[in-house]
Amino acid sequence: MAERAQPLSARPGWSAAALVAVLIFGALLAVALRAETGRGFNAADWAALRFTLVQATLSALFSVLLAIPVARALARRRFRGRSLLIALLGAPFILPVIVAVLGLIEVFGRGGWVSAALGTLSLPPVQIYGLHGVVLAHVFFNLPLATRLVLQGWQEIPAERFRLATLLGIDGWSMFRVIELPMLLRLVPGAFTVIFAICLTSFAVALTLGGGPRATTIELAIYQAFRFDFDLGRAALLSAVQLGLTVFAGGIALWLARGEGFGSGLDRGLRRFDGKTTTARCIDALFILVAAVFLLVPLMAIALSGLPGFADMPGQVWTAALTSLWVAALSTVLLLCMALPMATAIATERGRMVEIAGLLGLAASPLVIGTGLFIAIRPYANPQAFALPVTALVNAITVLPFALRILVPRARDIMARQGRLGLSLGMAGLPFLRHVLLPRLRPQIGFAAGLAAALSMGDLGVITLFADPDVATLPLQIYRLMGSYQMEAAAAASFLLLILSFGVFWLLDRGGHRHAET
Amino acid sequence: MKRLVFTAGCLLTATSAMAQDSSGTPELTVYTYDSFVADWGPGPQIEEAFEATCNCDLNLVGVEDGAALLARVRLEGQNTDADIVLGLDTNLMAAAKDTGLFAEHGQSPDLDLPISWDDPVFLPYDWGYFAFVHDKDMDAPKNFKALADSDTSIVIQDPRSSTPGLGLLMWVKTAYGDEAPAIWEGLSDNIVTVTKGWTEAYGLFLEGEADMVLSYTTSPAYHLIAEEDASKTAAAFDEGHYMQVEVAGKLASTDQPELVDRFLAFMLTQDFQSVIPTTNWMYPAKELEGGLPDGFDTLIQPEKSLLLSAEEAAAARDAALDEWLNALSR
Repeated sequence: MAERAQPLSARPGWSAAALVAVLIFGALLAVALRAETGRGFNAADWAALRFTLVQATLSALFSVLLAIPVARALARRRFRGRSLLIALLGAPFILPVIVAVLGLIEVFGRGGWVSAALGTLSLPPVQIYGLHGVVLAHVFFNLPLATRLVLQGWQEIPAERFRLATLLGIDGWSMFRVIELPMLLRLVPGAFTVIFAICLTSFAVALTLGGGPRATTIELAIYQAFRFDFDLGRAALLSAVQLGLTVFAGGIALWLARGEGFGSGLDRGLRRFDGKTTTARCIDALFILVAAVFLLVPLMAIALSGLPGFADMPGQVWTAALTSLWVAALSTVLLLCMALPMATAIATERGRMVEIAGLLGLAASPLVIGTGLFIAIRPYANPQAFALPVTALVNAITVLPFALRILVPRARDIMARQGRLGLSLGMAGLPFLRHVLLPRLRPQIGFAAGLAAALSMGDLGVITLFADPDVATLPLQIYRLMGSYQMEAAAAASFLLLILSFGVFWLLDRGGHRHAET
Repeated sequence: MKRLVFTAGCLLTATSAMAQDSSGTPELTVYTYDSFVADWGPGPQIEEAFEATCNCDLNLVGVEDGAALLARVRLEGQNTDADIVLGLDTNLMAAAKDTGLFAEHGQSPDLDLPISWDDPVFLPYDWGYFAFVHDKDMDAPKNFKALADSDTSIVIQDPRSSTPGLGLLMWVKTAYGDEAPAIWEGLSDNIVTVTKGWTEAYGLFLEGEADMVLSYTTSPAYHLIAEEDASKTAAAFDEGHYMQVEVAGKLASTDQPELVDRFLAFMLTQDFQSVIPTTNWMYPAKELEGGLPDGFDTLIQPEKSLLLSAEEAAAARDAALDEWLNALSR
């Protein structure tokens, strides 16, 4: 690729990517170097690898395939509560795994609402445990996010394209083929990869809903190597395999997602003139309804079970909530410091490796990363003292791939549209950043920051390894409550977490919007 | 900028960490599991009782569970901060001894366990029986064979990631020996799912996903005493019940050997033991002068206590796990 002048340097992005890579591989290396014994791959590991790949592929596929019609419907329709629904689409992703799983079970489990409804019709209960249950849970987790990512693609098509298409009488299928399909082809591989990577490291969901040891994932094998056999070499090896899979998937996706953007528009508000037929309306309404019910009913179940104990939660829960807010704030700042330069670097078309580095955080086993950091910090300081900053940093790195998915397409368009103009006006560097890039990226920055804060609120992550009895995040406190039979208090704390996570997400996400169209 | 924020965060936490223990009182660090140090666990009361007598600062550090506890100590090795590890069980003892990090306790306590205890390295502080907990309005099977033949649904924990799961593995192995794989095959259609840990399994049971859950004979006491809910009970199995004996050990690298010995002795006094039943929901290792709290009399009393020695458990573990995996992975 010919190097042409760019209004912004890619160097800060490269540094951030290098930092991520050093952190992940450094942690992995720290674990590997401590290894005493080491067992290679055995038959059980191959089975775990197979299951991991199958469930991650299916989960990502269904999440993305379902997200397309839902996002299209949301892009074409305007209705009361639409923006609230779009905001709520961030919610399932931000719950601690066990809370989300119990919410799902309350709806889809053997003793759940759906089974009870079937029972009144004298039908057998739903059988949720198995591969389909794992995929169902992962779709529940990831469909909202996939929808948001795809919806963004729709919103980045310049309004002029739709006007022109309408003038030319393009509607329905042709509209899809000419305008929407090229956009999807650019966007879907990336969304798929991110979700694939999340599902790759899934462990508790896969095991609980998988129905037994058939549903052993690589992450569980890592856990076993570390806890059960204390075989650090194996843990590091398995973790490296996990990383390798993600990098491979990421490479393919990036290669598939090449393609030209839509060129520039005049930053007009988006108006759609297509999809006015009754059939189109009904289809759209159906998809929005199904997605909303599927996502919101389990959340409602969590809220309902949390209400009774809400008034008399132990004081520790509130302290933990404050701790979590602090971690979320730090995590968000760290994320933006990494994601913005990296997105800029990728947008200047010299950043393929930067994008791959951005994926690493998702695929790295939290257990291995946490352990590696623990080993690395211990000779110099008490790891407990670093529990919160390390948790915030690891959370930020985990959100990085999402943030890049959100920021990059838009940043790329801005560079393509306004880059040359900026250069010709001598606006390279900081002025360009301040007056051109950041204002136009605001909605995406808000969304990415909201996601970072929310995920950081709900993530159990590495804090368990560094646990300090006096400092607990809210998810850790929920686990502690559950671990000592206090299910009602735990349910109330989960509800609080849901409110807080959603609150920070909504604040940041809405803060990025200047008008309701984006 | 990023580095600045990170450094600031680190400085804040580091200064708060340094603020501890500037008074010169000796500090005793005990690594234990998470639920022990929680507000509602035994930790706070035990800390208060011991600090009233020892003129020291008792520092309880919670790590997830028994297996994580051992992994943590192994990671830290010779220069661990821990003086005592409290919260391993007999299934982990052999691996713990093999690390060479533990010293002999040198005490000859008078214990009230259903089994004899003469381990030179580890001292028990409480114990319990594994059992399947269910609602009282259900006719529970009387043993594993009856359970396998019934259509009673159960939810269990994975032995690779949880101590109760490993306990169940040992229970079936001890009761049935070479017949264990056949028992597991019979159970495979009763198992609704296998979870990562006790918490997930118990949560699923309370949500009504299974008729029974693998837990402890003492679980119904919690519901009775803490929630005034008498609807739960445990199923008595005629093969006998496998025990979980929870132990504490002294680290050879401790810089406070006398204090450690005092704590281990204190662990078996009434002050410590009387806290256990209603905070850790296990049986005390020493009989309580005032007897067990009301409600414990309602619990089932197994006819037979099963327990493999630490060495037997370590030897049996991997083969038992392979049998379990083979039987349930089909």
